[in-house]
Amino acid sequence: MLSCKEVSRLVSDSMERELPLRKRISLRVHLMMCKLCKGYKRQILFLRDAMRHYTASLDSDTPQPKEALSPEARKRIQNALKEK
Amino acid sequence: MESNQLTDTDRWVEEYGDYLYRFALQRVRDPEQAEELVQETFLAALKGRDSFAGQSSMKTWLVGILKHKIIDHYRKRGQGRSPHDLEPRADYLDDLYDEKGHWKSEQGPADWVGDPAAILERSEFWDVLRQCLDGLPARQADVFTLREVEQLGSEETCKVLNITPTNLWVMLHRARMGLRRCLELSWMGKSDRKRS
Repeated sequence: MLSCKEVSRLVSDSMERELPLRKRISLRVHLMMCKLCKGYKRQILFLRDAMRHYTASLDSDTPQPKEALSPEARKRIQNALKEK
Repeated sequence: MESNQLTDTDRWVEEYGDYLYRFALQRVRDPEQAEELVQETFLAALKGRDSFAGQSSMKTWLVGILKHKIIDHYRKRGQGRSPHDLEPRADYLDDLYDEKGHWKSEQGPADWVGDPAAILERSEFWDVLRQCLDGLPARQADVFTLREVEQLGSEETCKVLNITPTNLWVMLHRARMGLRRCLELSWMGKSDRKRS
């Protein structure tokens, strides 16, 4: 019987590699019986989903005007390019 | 037109500098690093401008260069570290479970996901997530960012950061635990808790 501690690690590992069959089965059995671990897994999957959205939002062109090169940095980069 | 655009480096910086800066800043989350990456990108673009054939837009071309520079930035950080070196475990990790490895009842995951789609639409959630990412220990943040933001595969992430697969799994696990906990603590406080 896996402990919740082991299960939380396996939930993460299963997103990175295929677990051995026995581990997969024990994991599934534990998740069926343990409400807390089920909730944990749900949150970890939600996190991955959220990160997908996050990346997509970074790639879209939404302007965020607060963040811009400072005038000094701009000047410095322009000068660096002239030296070449 | 095109040749003019390719030689006037001042205009490059005026026109694309801010966009590239934001792109870099959101990924490396460090203003100084982001500025440096923008400069490196423009320098590489200047050097390689003959290879810019105009099939893509100038902006797309520059972003392509910047993406490589960002991965290089992580690679350089990975080279300075031993592949077996882990950050010390956060104390809270031991405090989550009892001696049998079961969740301590008060430390177990609370039910805060609710309707995931609704959470993702709230801008406060993204502020909280960004704060939580900033709060991760440096190496966990690098591993997690490459894997989940840059969306490199497990193997590629190991290569870039010069770490073993086991190390990758441990660090991702800790990063996920840390983020999950941070989101739970910060988000539950802000949202209207469990709506049942």
